[in-house]
Amino acid sequence: MSSELRTQVGQLARRSVMRTLRQPAQIVPALIFPLFLLAVNAGGLKDATNLPGFPTDSYITFAVAITFMQGALFSVMNTGTDLARDIETGFLNRMALTPLRGAALLSGLLAGSTVLGLLQAVAFLTAGLAGGAEIAAGVGGALVILVLAVAITVAFGTIGMFAALRTGSGEAVQGLFPVFFVFLFLSSMALPLDLITTDWFHTVASINPVTYLLEAFRSLLIEGWELGPLLLGFGIAAAIFAIGMTAASRALKTRLVRT
Amino acid sequence: MNAAPAPATENAGFLGVARAVAWRSIHLFLHNPAFLVPSLIFPLFFFASFAGGLAAVSNVPGFDFPSGYTAFQFVFVLLQSAAFGGVFTGFAMARDFETGFARRYLLAAANRNGIVAGYALAAMFRALVTWTVLVVVALIAGMEIDGSGVDLVGLFGLAILVNVAATLWAAGVAMRVRSIQGGPLMQLPIFLILFLAPVYVPLDLLSGWIHAVASVNPVTALLEAGRGFISGDPTVVGLAFAIAVVLPILFALWSRGGLRRAEAAG
Repeated sequence: MSSELRTQVGQLARRSVMRTLRQPAQIVPALIFPLFLLAVNAGGLKDATNLPGFPTDSYITFAVAITFMQGALFSVMNTGTDLARDIETGFLNRMALTPLRGAALLSGLLAGSTVLGLLQAVAFLTAGLAGGAEIAAGVGGALVILVLAVAITVAFGTIGMFAALRTGSGEAVQGLFPVFFVFLFLSSMALPLDLITTDWFHTVASINPVTYLLEAFRSLLIEGWELGPLLLGFGIAAAIFAIGMTAASRALKTRLVRT
Repeated sequence: MNAAPAPATENAGFLGVARAVAWRSIHLFLHNPAFLVPSLIFPLFFFASFAGGLAAVSNVPGFDFPSGYTAFQFVFVLLQSAAFGGVFTGFAMARDFETGFARRYLLAAANRNGIVAGYALAAMFRALVTWTVLVVVALIAGMEIDGSGVDLVGLFGLAILVNVAATLWAAGVAMRVRSIQGGPLMQLPIFLILFLAPVYVPLDLLSGWIHAVASVNPVTALLEAGRGFISGDPTVVGLAFAIAVVLPILFALWSRGGLRRAEAAG
């Protein structure tokens, strides 16, 4: 990376991080909402661990993985809404008048997501452990969980950027929330894939990438070190990132042409 | 000095205003996919996710709901959609205040209570549309209904009262905040109280803090009565209807206070 590009990315990253940290309205729901659902699900579905074949006797260990995915959903909203606001207020137009590179703009914007993703992951993991969750893979596993959570958050953030660049509207980005919620709900969120008995739901969950992201977390939490689920999890995160970044870059070019 | 309006005129004013507000809200709801689609999609996804994804929970030792897990979750999603029908109407009300349209209502209405009543009628219509789709989907999904016609009247009667209560709650917030930024304030308490009830399994199978909270949560009685109705084994009916009648009365007072605030704000 050239020093010029590094400076551009650095400046925008600083702005993105500061903007995220200065908006409690972005941080608080992104932390509270997943933790509330974790508490409710861990209490309400505790008896599901009595089902034959359930992989652990601690539902909170199983459920803590969901919080990381919910955190990633908030990343879509926050990153997209921030960028949409930049478009709506004319900040992007001003940036277009400078020699700023598109890659710097997109990378810099993701810095806020990275910080929020890390904050969320630490909070969720701490809360889970305090609530009785265990990490079969130990301290090293906890670190990998944090890395994976941040990777997924950033990958989902690129989709938020794409939506913002494509529509230029914060309201339209907010409208994406239900769509991503559907992906989460139609996955192995609440029960392991093997225990989903409804055929159509099992089929949908089997082809839903969110299922495999959840399984990557759960492999570290429940099983210990298993290479397969981890590679799949990181691979899916990388694929989402690549697709999201490519789409966002193209949308950025189109938007800059329009302006 | 003007004479006080005769009761008949006042009544006509109330009904006329309610009808006009309801018509506009329903028209907007039916003609704008951004309002219609989430109202229909959200309950269906909750239903699909809970009834489909968690069907194996019915095999948990001690789970003995006779009509099956689909019917068990149907009642929760029905009451949830009833409540959120009210909340979404509160959003519409807040948006009307934000854009200034509600001010025109306040200026033009012969009886301003009719404005709230109109929104409540629209919320009920919104809920009825959602329930129609929900029932069809649930039946296609193989939901068993063991309750009689009278039981079903009881179930939907409860759901209508929940819808009215939630609308009046959200209206009270909307008229105080007068901005869509009040949305989380309308939504969050309802979301919390719904999910702190026995959503996934009956109350007896809950343990720890969630059991303690669910035991004193009024939504628990509504859910248990609703599940009793659908399984043809009515239970805690008196308590559930008492709660379902008291809540709208309390929230009517709350929304009346909100209306006074909105009037004072001009």
